[in-house]
Amino acid sequence: MKHLLSTSDLSREDAIRILDTAEQMAATQEREIRKLPTLRGKTVVNLFFEDSTRTRISFEAAAKRLSADVINFSAKGSSVSKGESLKDTALTLQAMGADAVVIRHWASGAAERLAGSGWMHGAVLNAGDGTHQHPTQALLDAYTMRKHLIGAAEGPGAHVETATGNDLAGLTIGLVGDVLHSRVARSNVALLNTLGAKVVLISPPTLVPVGIETWPVDVVHGLDAALDKYDLDAIMMLRVQRERMSGGGNSFFPSPQEYTRLFGLDGDRMRRLPDHAIVMHPGPMNRGLEITAEAADSPRSVIVEQVSNGVAVRMASLYLLLAGEEGGA
Amino acid sequence: MSPSHTAQSFVIENAALLGEAESSIVVENGQITLVRGSETPLTDAEIPDGAVRIDASGLVALPGLVDLHTHLREPGREDAETIESGSRSAARGGFTAVLAMANTTPTADTAGVVEQVWSRGKEVGLVDVYPVGAVTVGLGGTQLSEMGAMAMSKARVRVFSDDGKCVHDPVVMRRALEYVKTFDGVVAQHAQDPRLTEGAQMHEGVVSADLGLAGWPAVAEESIIARDVLLAKHVGSRVHICHVSTAGSVKILRWAKAEGIDVTAEVMPHHLLLTDESVRGYDPRFKVNPPLRTQEDVDAVREGLADGTIDIVATDHAPHPDEDKDCEWGSAAMGMIGLETALGIVQKTMVDTGRLSWAEVANRMSALPSRIGRIEADHGRAVAEGEPANITLVDPDAAYTVDPAATSSRSNNSPFGGVELPGRAVATFLRGTPTYLDSRFEGMFA
Repeated sequence: MKHLLSTSDLSREDAIRILDTAEQMAATQEREIRKLPTLRGKTVVNLFFEDSTRTRISFEAAAKRLSADVINFSAKGSSVSKGESLKDTALTLQAMGADAVVIRHWASGAAERLAGSGWMHGAVLNAGDGTHQHPTQALLDAYTMRKHLIGAAEGPGAHVETATGNDLAGLTIGLVGDVLHSRVARSNVALLNTLGAKVVLISPPTLVPVGIETWPVDVVHGLDAALDKYDLDAIMMLRVQRERMSGGGNSFFPSPQEYTRLFGLDGDRMRRLPDHAIVMHPGPMNRGLEITAEAADSPRSVIVEQVSNGVAVRMASLYLLLAGEEGGA
Repeated sequence: MSPSHTAQSFVIENAALLGEAESSIVVENGQITLVRGSETPLTDAEIPDGAVRIDASGLVALPGLVDLHTHLREPGREDAETIESGSRSAARGGFTAVLAMANTTPTADTAGVVEQVWSRGKEVGLVDVYPVGAVTVGLGGTQLSEMGAMAMSKARVRVFSDDGKCVHDPVVMRRALEYVKTFDGVVAQHAQDPRLTEGAQMHEGVVSADLGLAGWPAVAEESIIARDVLLAKHVGSRVHICHVSTAGSVKILRWAKAEGIDVTAEVMPHHLLLTDESVRGYDPRFKVNPPLRTQEDVDAVREGLADGTIDIVATDHAPHPDEDKDCEWGSAAMGMIGLETALGIVQKTMVDTGRLSWAEVANRMSALPSRIGRIEADHGRAVAEGEPANITLVDPDAAYTVDPAATSSRSNNSPFGGVELPGRAVATFLRGTPTYLDSRFEGMFA
């Protein structure tokens, strides 16, 4: 693996290898000394053109626990106010000898552009590009689903002994909310499909992209209808941007209240899920909008665990990109 | 217009005139003085003294091409293109006249600016540069520019366009359509509903859904075209539609023409050849407005051009400096250069596929654009005795692989790098003066 740009580039074997490696990484985090020497002497740059403290510190923790040197590079610049260009930033990082660049950018395709441009030679890890992809988020989601649902006591994942080495065949996963603007949704759709799970997108018609009919998913335009029709093994509530839900000519929905009524996950809807089903959210949550406190804080919620799984998955990704086949964990 | 210096006399022998019969063409003092089938050889008396003789066996002779839609960037963005570099690129592509779009800095919305462009074009002298005037002041879409002054200026502007922006206010569009009738002008509409395309990055469809790029829906083009043909019918004006890119637009135009509405339309070479699949990979050289569409749309615009629903091919030659393309997709400028590749793409997509004859290519790339632009007194005329010697020789067998760096344009933002094209222009004559000669003719004209 040279870069990690999109979950659609991953084969089933690639994906399982990352998830299995993440399991090993997670196991090391139970030890008294959590730091591994694996990436000693390597330099990882966190290049963030868009603020995201959560994602940045997750990558920073992952790199540091593998003993890499970490440089955080927060670059100003947007489509409106151009700062330093991506190209010049990349040339700078190349000159500084970055072995890997973790990039978050407002422009879809920025990570792919960085990897394919010849501006720098290091590994590129996409930490979110516009409304396109956020592959480590989908990998940590898949990791979390596999851990809870594959090899479990009940449910469609009970047919195998253990999660390790397995995909997500037999699971039905619901993603609820704004698919149109969501890199989390795009990443998850591709990865879950590769791993054999069925995907149900539960979304208002204004928030699914034109062209979705070619995606390997079912689309349902209401949460109640979806709960009637499917036994969801996991339900993932996507973050909704309040400004897209209210007022103005660019609104995708009449009001936040109506969104909550039709698509919000509350206690009653949560109780209609199968007993073994888990509740997920990529964070940060809008409590009271897409999810109520009752659902977010319930025993079925794995939302906080997703965060710690994120560190393990990012450790695995950095390890596979930088240490490759040559070293051991 | 008189030639900038005295052209010498020459004879083109054995050229397939409009791709048909092999003919001899005699040119003296910038005029065609004799055209005759090669089966009757020229007599010594018919060959002027000291005439250069060009063996054009295997070449096609066309009237000089006319591009109704070029961006020369001067004044204002001379880093991207100048009237001189753009003229050179046009001549190399087989063009003898270009209409230069108004979205310069300052905007070509006054007689002063259009006269500056016109006279700079004359100075360079490689192609006739006809400025397009802006419909509204500063392309702002609200206040009509002084189109009358531009029409009556030395530049004799007849085509008006806010290209780059749509004249989206229906009342402003109606007034413009009515107003230009005074001087037999035409409004060339950039059909793009601005509200439906806010932040748009590429064609809205299957590919944009995958790539997470904001969509530019076909309906944003089609709804404006539908409105404008109805407006043109209502006020009895003619209207020209720039860069038609969708199957729906072709259907609306077909209907409008059947209704007798006075509408003309153009298609760009890139919309004849490329689809939105090229955007996968996010290479900004494929970013253009209107965007690359689907294969269904490509098939429809080819068919529309073949059956005359789309009248002409124009280039939308849009030079941008490296820094505006060597970046991430979202930051990149829209547009691509195209003067030198246009003819080869038309051959590849239309001639070699049997959709158009060379005579029809001459019609769509020379005669009709001249008529739409009201420059038919000087361009787009037959290759015949007594006509100005605006002639393009095409080698339809000179297959080559496009190298964007080899262009005469000041910018190299071509999406066709590495694409093999079947043929190209090898000589261009403007009123008998060679403005471009392929290396095979080196040294023939002193």
